[in-house]
This record gives sequence, C-alpha cells and structure tokens, in this order.
Amino acid sequence: MLLGKLTLDAIPYKEPIIVAALSGAGLLGLVVLALITKFGKWGYLWKEWLTSVDHKKIGVMYIVVAMIMLLRGFADALMMRTQLALATDGHLGVFPPEHYDQIFTAHGVIMIIFMAMPFMTGLMNIVVPLQIGARDVAFPFLNSLSFWLLVSAVILVNLSLGVGNFARTGWVAYPPLSELGFSPDVGVDYYTWALQISGIGTTLTAINFLVTIIKMRAPGMKLMQMPIFTWTCTWANVLIVASFPILTGALAMLSLDRYLDFHFFTAEAGGNAMMYLNLFWAWGHPEVYILVLPAFGIFSEVISTFSGKRLFGHTSMIVASGVISVLGFMVWLHHFFTMGSGADVNAFFGIATMVISVPTGVKLFNWLFTMYQGRIRFTPPVLWTMGFMVTFSIGGMTGVLMAVPGADFVLHNSLFLIAHFHNTIIGGAVFGYLAGFSYWFPKAFGFKLNEKLGKAAFWFWQSGFMFAFIPLYILGFLGMTRRLNHTDNPAWDPWLYIACVGAVLIACGIGCQLLQIVVSIRDRKKLADVTGDPWNGHTLEWSTSSPPPFYNFAVVPHVHDIDAFTDMKEKGEAYKVPQKYAPIHMPSNTATGVYIGGFTTLLGFALIWHIWWLAIVGLVGIIGAMLARAYDNNLDYYVQPDEVEAIERAHFEQMGIDVDNYSERDADKPRRGSRPTTTA
Amino acid sequence: MSTYVEHAHDAHDDHEHHDSGSQTVLGFWFYLMTDCILFATAFAAYAVLYRNIATGVSGKEIFELPYVMGETAALLLSSITYGFAMIAGYKGNKSAVLGWLAVTFACGAVFIGMEVNEFHNLIAEGHGPNVSAFLSSFFGLVGLHGLHVTAGLLWMAVMMFEVAKTGLTGRAMTRLSCLSLFWHFLDIVWICVFTVVYLKGAM
Repeated sequence: MLLGKLTLDAIPYKEPIIVAALSGAGLLGLVVLALITKFGKWGYLWKEWLTSVDHKKIGVMYIVVAMIMLLRGFADALMMRTQLALATDGHLGVFPPEHYDQIFTAHGVIMIIFMAMPFMTGLMNIVVPLQIGARDVAFPFLNSLSFWLLVSAVILVNLSLGVGNFARTGWVAYPPLSELGFSPDVGVDYYTWALQISGIGTTLTAINFLVTIIKMRAPGMKLMQMPIFTWTCTWANVLIVASFPILTGALAMLSLDRYLDFHFFTAEAGGNAMMYLNLFWAWGHPEVYILVLPAFGIFSEVISTFSGKRLFGHTSMIVASGVISVLGFMVWLHHFFTMGSGADVNAFFGIATMVISVPTGVKLFNWLFTMYQGRIRFTPPVLWTMGFMVTFSIGGMTGVLMAVPGADFVLHNSLFLIAHFHNTIIGGAVFGYLAGFSYWFPKAFGFKLNEKLGKAAFWFWQSGFMFAFIPLYILGFLGMTRRLNHTDNPAWDPWLYIACVGAVLIACGIGCQLLQIVVSIRDRKKLADVTGDPWNGHTLEWSTSSPPPFYNFAVVPHVHDIDAFTDMKEKGEAYKVPQKYAPIHMPSNTATGVYIGGFTTLLGFALIWHIWWLAIVGLVGIIGAMLARAYDNNLDYYVQPDEVEAIERAHFEQMGIDVDNYSERDADKPRRGSRPTTTA
Repeated sequence: MSTYVEHAHDAHDDHEHHDSGSQTVLGFWFYLMTDCILFATAFAAYAVLYRNIATGVSGKEIFELPYVMGETAALLLSSITYGFAMIAGYKGNKSAVLGWLAVTFACGAVFIGMEVNEFHNLIAEGHGPNVSAFLSSFFGLVGLHGLHVTAGLLWMAVMMFEVAKTGLTGRAMTRLSCLSLFWHFLDIVWICVFTVVYLKGAM
C-alpha cells in the first residue's frame, strides 16, 4: 500500500473542535506566510536566519519555537481547566475522554520537551558563548542541525493534531497501555518518534556545548572562574549526555515492541512493563534538573547583577549544582514508590530524595546572602527571581513531603503531585527562563523590554499560579486523582472553579508578555541599549555591543576574575579602542541543517504511518545530505580587519567615544558602571 | 596599546583551529560516552529479561560458543588491523592505510555476515524476538551492536574512498581517529556482549 496506514479517515474533519482549532492555526499560519511574502522577506529569512550557524540567531529561533509551543501547551492547559470546571456533578463537559486524554498527554509532552527544553537551550545558545568570550560554539553546523531536529519533532507533534491522533497515555506513555494491544493507532508512534528526534538533537547540543566550554573559553578563564550560568548549563549538559541515551533506549525498545512484535514491556511473553518505568525515570528525573539547573544559574546572575554585588558563594553554587546533578541520578524510583520495591529500597530512594534539599537550600541561602546589604533594583527579572524563591520553596517542601514513601502511597497520582511538580517546574524553571528572557533580551536585540508590562506579567503569573495550583494541593488531600475527565463530588467543585480562574489569570500574564514584546518593538528607539551594558552587568556578555556583532568580540578578552567585565570596568580596561584588528575566522552559513531536518520529518512521518518507501527516501536523504556536508569545502571564511573596524567604530560612536582622537588616558578615567564597594 | 595588538593575535590563533582535530575528537569522545550509556541501557534490559523465556528457548539451548568464538576472533582481529592502519597513517603511508583498512573492512564484514547468519537461523528455527522477552532483549542488544558495526563499515568505506581521492589530509586523519575510537569502542562492547550474553548464557 502506497500510503501505509494513512487514509482519509485519519483526518478528524468530523470533530468541530479540532476543525475549528486547525483552521484557526492554519489561518494564522497563512497570514504569517502572506506577510512574509508581501514584504519580500523570504530571502532575508532564509539567508540570515534559517540557514544561520550563528549561535545567537539559533538561540533566538529556539526561543521563538518555545514561545509558540508555550501558547499551544497553554491552550491545552486552559482546555483542561475549563473541562474540569464544567464537568462536575454528573455533567460531561465539552471534551469526550478520547480527546481529553490526548489533550493532557500533549500538554505534558509539549511543555517539557517542546517548551521548556528549547527555551533553556535557546538561552544557553545566546548566552554561554558570550559569557566565556568565545566567537561561536565548537561545532556551529551541528548546532544548526540540533535546532532543525527539534523543529522536525515539533512539526510531527503538531501534525498529530490534524493527521491521525496523539497518544492517550499521559506524557510518560507507560506500557502496557502504550503497547500495540491497547494503543493500536498512531498516537503513541507520534509520541515516540517526536521524542526520539528531539532527544537526538538535545544530545548533540549537549556534546557541542561541553566541547565549547572545555575548549573555547577566553584566555585566562579558569574553570572555577566561569560565570555561574555557564556552570549550571555545564552541569545540565553533563546530565543530558548521561541521561538522554536512556530515553533513546527505552523509546527504541517500545518501538520494537510496537513495530516488530518484540516483548520488552508487553504484558505477555515475559515482558516487564516496570522496566520501562525504571528506564523512563532514570532519564526523567535528571531531566527535571536539566530544566531547573540553568534556571538556578539565571537567578544567580540576575540577583547578583541587580543587587550590585558579587554572587555570594560562587564556588559553593558550583559544588551544590554538581551535588544536585549526581543526586539527581539516584532518586528516580521515587516516581513509583507504589510499584512495591519493598520498604528498604523505598527508604533508600526516599532519603536520597530528601538529601537533595540540602544543596538546594545552600543555593537559596546564597541568593539571600547575595541580596543582603545589596542595593536591589526591582526590575522584572528580580521580581521573577523573588517570586521563584517563594514559590519554589513551597514546591520543594511538598516534594520532601512526598519523598516519604508512606505519605507517597496516599498522595501518588493525586492532584497533590500535579500541584507539586507544577510548583517546581513553573516556579523554578519557567520563572527562571522568563527572568532570563527579560534579562538578556536587550543583549539579543539591542533594546530593553517595557518594564511596566513586564511587572504586570509577573504579577498575573504569580497570582495566577497560586490560584491555579494551591487548590490542587487541597484537591489532592480531598482524594482527587490526576487525569480525570469528569467528576461527581460537590466538595471538589469550589476548588476546581478557583483553579480555572487561576488559569485565566496566567493567560492574562501571557497576554501581557505578548503585548510587552509588541510595545517594546514599537518603542525600541526609546528603550535602546547603546552601550551593550544596560544593567551594569558583571560578565563578559555585557562587554560587547547589543546586539553583539556576529563575531561577538572584535578582540577576545583576557579574563582575570569571576566577574570578568566588572573587573575590566574597575581597572578601566572596558571600552578601550583597539589600535588594530586582526582577521576573524568564522563559519559559513549552511542549509544542510534545514535539509536534514526536512528529511528527518519525512522519515518520522513515514515511520509513524508505515509508509516504508518514504522512510527509505528520508533515510537516504539524511545520509546523502550528511555526506555532501562532509565533503563541502566551503565551510568558513575570514572577516577582514576593515569590516571589523567599521562595525566597531559604529558601536564606539554610538557610545560617544571618539575613535579618531582616542588616547589611552581616556580609557583610564573611571567610566560608568564600576561596582559600588560593598563587602561580599 | 601594544598589548592589544598582541591580544588580537592571540585571539586569532585561539580560533584559528575552529574545527580542528582536538575539538572534533573530544566531541566524538562525548558522543561515545552517550553511546556507552545506550548500550548500558540495552545490557540492563537484557539482565532484567534474560530469565523470562516464556514458552521459548533459553540461551543454553541456542548459543553455539565455537561459532561465536569465530565471530569474536574476526572482530578482535579487525581492531588490530585498524591499529596498523592508524600507524601507517601517522607515517603518511597512504597505500598501507588503504590496505589495512581493506583488511579491517573484510574482518568486520565477516563478523556482520556471521551475525546475520546466526539471526537468520534462529528466526528460521522459530526462535525469533517475538517469542519471549529473553529473545527480544537478546536480539535487541546484539542487534544494536550489529547496527553499530554496520554503520562503522559504511563509514570505513567512505573513508577509504576519501583517502584514495584526497590522500591523508588533516581532515582525513581526524576522521580516521574518530572512526578508530568508534571501532575499538565497539570491540570493547562486543567483549561485554560475548561475556554477559554468550559465555554466561551457554554455561
């Protein structure tokens, strides 16, 4: 059969809600495409963005994808809260179970894999090379390829909305439910292939950044002098390298079960479903630290910058992150205490889990001591950070509570659990990314974000979060379990209504953020950051212009201090006009990543629908594109000194430094932005 | 002032080797570590499932140690010959590199041929991966290794073509070093497979 399992019935044209959602999304897409065409921006988009290997542009594209997926995942969340607020006391609500189950599965997968991960990866892409004084990552083409693998996975997940269906298994896809016998259609296959593809991209990104951090730091920067965000990303990348292959393996086994009649996890022929749970969480638990550690790094940068102080306990922060990383690998079983491993095993994992609160507490106190006696500027990034400190502490404490196996037997899979992990992931990771977004936005685009709307967004998010999730703790205690489609218990009703209101408040927060971006673009002249250092920053990313030139640094800085840029400002070495520029070696743009991403999408789609000839086309295309790249000799070029000089001159002139009549003495004058002398 | 000129030179030199060998090889090492964990996952699955023979056979009934010894010998030999290819490469002896790579390729092909034959016989005799969790994990683990060796063979063919066309350039040597790491890594994994699966299973 030419089209495998794919028939016209796969398109849910009979379901009004899906048709409406699809046509809405399709219409929006068409408008965007039409606008690009109208303004003749296809060439620009292709040349400057899609085929770019510039880590800053790739980072921006990651965050664009993350934001689009945030909207998609949040739409799912709104639908769930609405359904549960309507479907009480015997009412069935608007979504039938087979649709509702797809919604909560998609919500989980999208928020973790396609919102949080790309957001984190995007910030890491933009910031880490700048913080370590590098001109790009170690493997720029690989970086572009990782991004396009993510896009390929995103396309597959969104395709499942209109062609076939998505998994109805929950985001963890536990067998035997996810096996062919119980999930015979393509939903689980969309899930496995989307996760496989994006997982490979993530693994490649981690390898890329580890090599970048080890090999490409600016001269003088010792490992322990790396900025804290770079350090937490390093730990996150170590975790990715160590844990993502486990997910790859587990999903491959699930696929073998589904495609070739293997029996890894089946309920018959000796398969062991519990092995899947172990493997999944041996990845899944480190994954939450992969998400939250970089966020911790962002909070550290933000709080030290806006307190005007050195970060308290830089070394202990690094060590604490390392301890969290190692312990993060030793606690996976707490996701299934109820599996029945026995009291001794459960006790081990329970205690190991509680121990994680120690290094986390170290961090929290470090942030508090950083703020102590500081001159804190209450900008939106600081609000997110303080909101995080309160919210995440609550989430951490409920986590310690559930780490008691006996308590977990009561709370397992109840809404208490849902409240707990949203408490840590939203209050920890998402608040962190949003803090990082407004903190580094001026670096990436050259103008600040509107502060008023930023603060409004924070307060909507913060209050919305409390309204949406504190009721879930109570509902958990009242006995409500997760993944219910409709309920019939009057005692739960008020809390479900409050939670729905909370979701609406968060929607207002997201609205404020979208508006903030629009308003800030409108006011970009007024909000412009001409110096490259809008916050009086401490680290190297602030020493170059905003947005940085594509080569990042005209002259690679020499580093003598953890707060390398503060050190330069204090010694009067910042903003010196170099006498002469050297040629700069840069990688050329390439479309190979786009092509491989395209072929991977074909391959994934073909595997999902059993269209074997197309799978072969996809695979051959991938290998062919890789070979073509391997023997492409046009990989890099040199930026000539006169071009560098012109760009740098423009930047200096913007800052009011006269390049032609420049003398060393000018540079020795104390400039703006040396740090107030407070003891750290 | 003059220090800045110096720095500019430093900067230039630091990034001269943008895609140089040492970065590539380090990156490849990290990749191998991820691969190592993938294999560890497959080994763990085998360790959990090897007793679950359901209605099928156990390892003792199907493993033929002498045959697997032959397979193992072919693969281990290919590691030595790859080592000779690398030594010849460092000496700049192009034809010796091509010769040793050809020998390595042949040994690897013998290994894969024997493995495919083993799989074919097992399935033909009704011991396919669909029979039991033990056989699933066996085919999964050994097949994962076999897929890696096959990919290594394809890569080796490409490298022989490259060396024959453009000679032992820096690029070719970096790639040969990575393939070398890959090939020896697969050898080590096979020693574990041989021990954990065949030796332990046949006893």
